[in-house]
Amino acid sequence: MLGRALRWLMPHPFLTLLLAVVWLLLQNEISAGMAVFGVILGVLIPWGTAAWWPDTPHRFRLFKMIRYSLLVMWDIMVANVQVAWIVLTVPNAKLKPAWIVIPLDLLEPEAITLLAGTITLTPGTVSADLSDEGHSLLVHVLHTEDPDAVRDDIKSRYEARLKEIFS
Amino acid sequence: MSLEIIGTYATALFLLIGSGFALVGVLGLLKFNDSMTRLHAPTKVGTVGIGALLLASMTYSYVSGAPSMHELLIMAFLFVTAPISANFIAKVNLHQRACDTPPAPPRDDTWSTLKSPEAEGDIPSGNEGS
Amino acid sequence: MMSAADLMSAALGVAFLSLAVAQLMCMIRLVLGPNTGDRILALDTMVINALGLVIVLGIHQGVRIYFEVSLLIAMLGFVSTVALARFILRGDIIE
Repeated sequence: MLGRALRWLMPHPFLTLLLAVVWLLLQNEISAGMAVFGVILGVLIPWGTAAWWPDTPHRFRLFKMIRYSLLVMWDIMVANVQVAWIVLTVPNAKLKPAWIVIPLDLLEPEAITLLAGTITLTPGTVSADLSDEGHSLLVHVLHTEDPDAVRDDIKSRYEARLKEIFS
Repeated sequence: MSLEIIGTYATALFLLIGSGFALVGVLGLLKFNDSMTRLHAPTKVGTVGIGALLLASMTYSYVSGAPSMHELLIMAFLFVTAPISANFIAKVNLHQRACDTPPAPPRDDTWSTLKSPEAEGDIPSGNEGS
Repeated sequence: MMSAADLMSAALGVAFLSLAVAQLMCMIRLVLGPNTGDRILALDTMVINALGLVIVLGIHQGVRIYFEVSLLIAMLGFVSTVALARFILRGDIIE
């Protein structure tokens, strides 16, 4: 009974939490009054725009998602230094760019979007296109000796973790 | 070493790192000679540079007495939207054939940007009204 | 070792100078770039550099109101890049 009431009140609970946090950050003061107003906005806005949101969101594992985002942030720091090094020292003739095709095991569009965004954020790779049925991802690599190693690396590090999160 | 002096040193360090990364990103934009490799440098290295500048702004606000956290919003926005703009520019490069043709995907026909629109009966052909 | 305030103003000067030089180099790529994708990329990078300049100006003057300006510049820059790219890809921005 209480569960059904909560689900009617907040059909998208993570969206409510996100709106409350964004409101607090925007107002730049953390006080009880602002928090209450943030929660009120977080309840009203999804309720008012419910006609345009798709149906119930997919479940995902929160703890693994937090660990995944920490891993991605660490990769961003390390790999940006590598790309800055490549820009400064490797001359143009020695550069070896390559195209990679990654066959996907993920099915939901949200998961594929997260994977493509992670591939683009970690420097050295840019996700360029999706095949027309949605089974493969086209990726461009900046400088690599061995394209297959990069493809296996992406599949084991990011796609395996995303499959666990969205299973 | 009071907290204020540490904060000022940290702000100066973040400023130098951020502006250095922004400059290196634009150097990559000028240096490379292929359209797709030119895409990598400014979108990613430049985003991290601006992130470091925002960190400098946050620590400076703590030092000067009025702590503020709202630069985190701009950082989150840039980290979410920079991959999207990089993807769109890559699609523009593919569409205009400005780079080498990528290899074909294993299971489907072709990539979505390279797929030509099928004549579904209502696209007129070229030499009808002569 | 320089005092903290001296280091701070030197770092601000270096930041302003390098962001301005980066902006000029982007303009060179905007004129040179043989394809349309290069020009769109140069415009997007110029918007991000302008955002960096506004942030450093906010640190230098100690004013807090530049945050709203930078948030708006970031949002408008992203939307304009996507609109330019969609126009090239489809010939139409909002279908």
